[in-house]
Amino acid sequence: MTSHLKYLEAEAIGIMREVAAEFRKPVMLYSIGKDSSVMLHLAMKAFYPGKPPFPLMHVDTTWKFREMIEFRDETVKRLGLDLIVHVNPDGAAKGIDPIRSGSALHTQVMKTEGLKQALDLYGFDAAFGGARRDEEKSRAKERVFSFRSANHVWEPRNQRPELWHLYNTRIRSGESIRVFPLSNWTEIDVWQYIRQENIPVVPLYFAAHRPVVERGGTLIMVDDHRLDLQPGETVQQKLVRFRTLGCYPLTGAIESTSTTLDDIIDEMLQARTSERQGRLIDTDDAASMEKKKREGYF
Amino acid sequence: MAQASRSAPMPAAPGAHAMPAQKGLLRFLTCGSVDDGKSTLIGRMLYDAKQILDDQMSALERDSKTHGTLQGDIDFALLVDGLEMEREQGITIDVAYRYFTTPRRSFIVADTPGHEQYTRNMATGASNSELAVILIDARKGVLVQTKRHAFICSLLGLRHIVLAVNKIDLVGYDQAVFDQIVADFEAFAAPLGFQTVTPIPVSARFGDNVGARSTNMAWYAGPALIEYLEDVDAAAAPDEAPFRFAVQRVSRPNLDFRGFAGTPASGRVRVGDAIVSAVSGRTSTVARIVTADGDLDEATRADAVTLVLADELDIARGDVLAHVQARPEVSDQFAAHVLWMSTEHLLPQRSYMMRIGTRWTPASVTAIKYKIDVNTLQHLAARNLELNEIGVCNIATAVPVAFDAYAENRDTGSFILVDRLTNETVAAGMVTFGLRRATNIHVEQMMVDKAARSAAKHQKPTVIWFTGLSGSGKSTIAKHLEKRLHDNANHTYVLDGDNIRHGLNRDLGFTDTDRVENIRRIGEVAKLFTDAGLIVLCSFISPFRAERRMVRELLGEGEFVEIYVDTSIEECRKRDPKGLYAKADAGKIKNFTGIDSPYEAPENAELVLHTDNTPPEVLVDQIIEHLRERGRI
Repeated sequence: MTSHLKYLEAEAIGIMREVAAEFRKPVMLYSIGKDSSVMLHLAMKAFYPGKPPFPLMHVDTTWKFREMIEFRDETVKRLGLDLIVHVNPDGAAKGIDPIRSGSALHTQVMKTEGLKQALDLYGFDAAFGGARRDEEKSRAKERVFSFRSANHVWEPRNQRPELWHLYNTRIRSGESIRVFPLSNWTEIDVWQYIRQENIPVVPLYFAAHRPVVERGGTLIMVDDHRLDLQPGETVQQKLVRFRTLGCYPLTGAIESTSTTLDDIIDEMLQARTSERQGRLIDTDDAASMEKKKREGYF
Repeated sequence: MAQASRSAPMPAAPGAHAMPAQKGLLRFLTCGSVDDGKSTLIGRMLYDAKQILDDQMSALERDSKTHGTLQGDIDFALLVDGLEMEREQGITIDVAYRYFTTPRRSFIVADTPGHEQYTRNMATGASNSELAVILIDARKGVLVQTKRHAFICSLLGLRHIVLAVNKIDLVGYDQAVFDQIVADFEAFAAPLGFQTVTPIPVSARFGDNVGARSTNMAWYAGPALIEYLEDVDAAAAPDEAPFRFAVQRVSRPNLDFRGFAGTPASGRVRVGDAIVSAVSGRTSTVARIVTADGDLDEATRADAVTLVLADELDIARGDVLAHVQARPEVSDQFAAHVLWMSTEHLLPQRSYMMRIGTRWTPASVTAIKYKIDVNTLQHLAARNLELNEIGVCNIATAVPVAFDAYAENRDTGSFILVDRLTNETVAAGMVTFGLRRATNIHVEQMMVDKAARSAAKHQKPTVIWFTGLSGSGKSTIAKHLEKRLHDNANHTYVLDGDNIRHGLNRDLGFTDTDRVENIRRIGEVAKLFTDAGLIVLCSFISPFRAERRMVRELLGEGEFVEIYVDTSIEECRKRDPKGLYAKADAGKIKNFTGIDSPYEAPENAELVLHTDNTPPEVLVDQIIEHLRERGRI
């Protein structure tokens, strides 16, 4: 292993052990993507020969790619872990969906509100997330142990200073901490680590012929019957893959022939766009992520 | 590889695409103020290292037009200044982390603000860095802030400095200007103990000597900034240092396995080594070094492992393991540099929670020897420390802890202090040396007295005296207050009618004489409890000023806190929790305060609480605030 991946691995494992030792009821937010896969793999290593002393939780919007859900269920079974799946019942009852309701409302209700509901419902006091600081500007200043008030609010201008590896884990009841063990990882670190450790990821990351429509300059995969075609749209079979995964109507595919990890890493080393470009929920405004995060989004 | 139909793949930029890191990761910080062009320099480094992607570049071009300060030219600083408010104000107020990789190395950059009011942010960035890039504006030379930056870097244990003399284009690429700045800096920095100071003339805006050597300065023969950073060997030699291992967690997945999870802070450990748990002094040998990838023969820094020992020792989170022949210091008192990070100033003797390694313990600053003017390095007398001030202090911990001097080991010599009520991180500390037992103030005064007992409890003994009518809410508030104090690890006891009138004072009635004797005895008991170091919560109607004054005078200065629970008799009668008002009104109880017996409201109570529309939790907040202001807790 290169010394810098080894450093990142040890740092992430150290962070996870801190949480297990210091918090009453931690949970790992598992979003099924590559970062979650790496985070889960690190958790399996951190507590060996035991198992991670916390459950996984997936806040499902019911609009994830079908292959993601299959992969999720297989992974949990293979590793023998507990998984909590939470769907915001209010949002589901109101029929909030990413196409007709719009991505902003859908994200707010099904992801942000759903997450807060689930954290309150189970009384988790620490939640791991796979976010990395290199993803986006407002994340660059987020702490590894990121404090949330009892209302799940993030105060970017009032964060606890974080010195050395002396994380301040102290909270009062009702308050919680979001913990980001992959804070110092970059996208390429994640892929190189996946290759080196042979970590399973959702097949959607690899190029294959898939049915897509072009919508607003983005290739959207027709994953099920709920994606109504608009006038002029036709379903085409294209050789595509995904750089990030989320709700299928909100996730753009890229045309690619990368069918192996080596291909993906080579492709990325030559890429000229950042990974979040494929995410329709981030594009409105550079400050939009900061706003979402203050409201409780991961 | 085959390129898909993504728009116009650029040819591989030289350097951008090979596998990273023949050399290990380098963590460095940049310091300097916004005027020095710090964010611009980082933006330029990212750009020159080909880390700026097409969509980020087009966002940058767009942002440069709306927020930029360069008349629409690309403003690299905008890449870096993340939070909304900072973009609008054109300043950097927090630490931001940046990542870039060249063919030769991966980097983590802590981008820290330069103004004096952000000293704490700079220290935060420095705490995880191995090297600092200090920016100087070539037109301005070495300023007070340059000296401050150098001092903080030195204090946080950085041994390698790059002096980036920026805006060299604005002084006509003049060597004489550069040489003078370097000479000024070196003269100042000589006592700070840096191993290397590497001056580089740069223009962040135009890229001179950032990614590649400039053709504008033939007189400069050294490396460009990125070249230098790729080559530098900044890490200390931690594998040669003594072995230190802070236990994070005891791993007991089943009855047959008991291991200690952690990552060595320094040194190396091998199977068969004799090790000691530093504080308890108990010894054993390393039986296994367990990882998910199989057992190891030895572990060093950056190996997250689980150690299994040959013997069943009582070891827990917070303990430090070391080799038997090279142990850390163990003491409950040491001297340290303390950087204060909170807007609430440091109070000597107040109890804070300290985190050192994986150990949490109550701790207090017993003396501030002096504070250091960060601009002149002068030592100044100090009674407290304010935000961003640095002092040399003596610290006492509630339990003995293992540590090394920060200069020898940044992991085992560092600590933070956390406010016990708000949980805010209020200070960062760096141990300078342990205070030996022989000179230990604590031990010298080993005669156990009130001060020693209260110091052991990290509080000042206090009588909190609630007075007010029957049903005013005294006992309810006292009960809530005791819970809060208990949660804060204070040592408390409640005296009220229930535990006094049924025992000690059961021979007393409700005549005026008996009421006075009742309060006298309670006062004496409260006094004994304060001598034991406790915080005593007394909840009695105590209607007469004189008897309350009597108790006040039994106690030392500041030890009596009178709290008047000011609830009107109408409200008390309405509440009537014990049905006493009903009975008194019916003439069934004689001498009932407020009805046929007087109540003398306090004239100078420390606190007056109005219970009508305020829940007890909020009233308790007011009391806690008062106690903290007076330094009682």
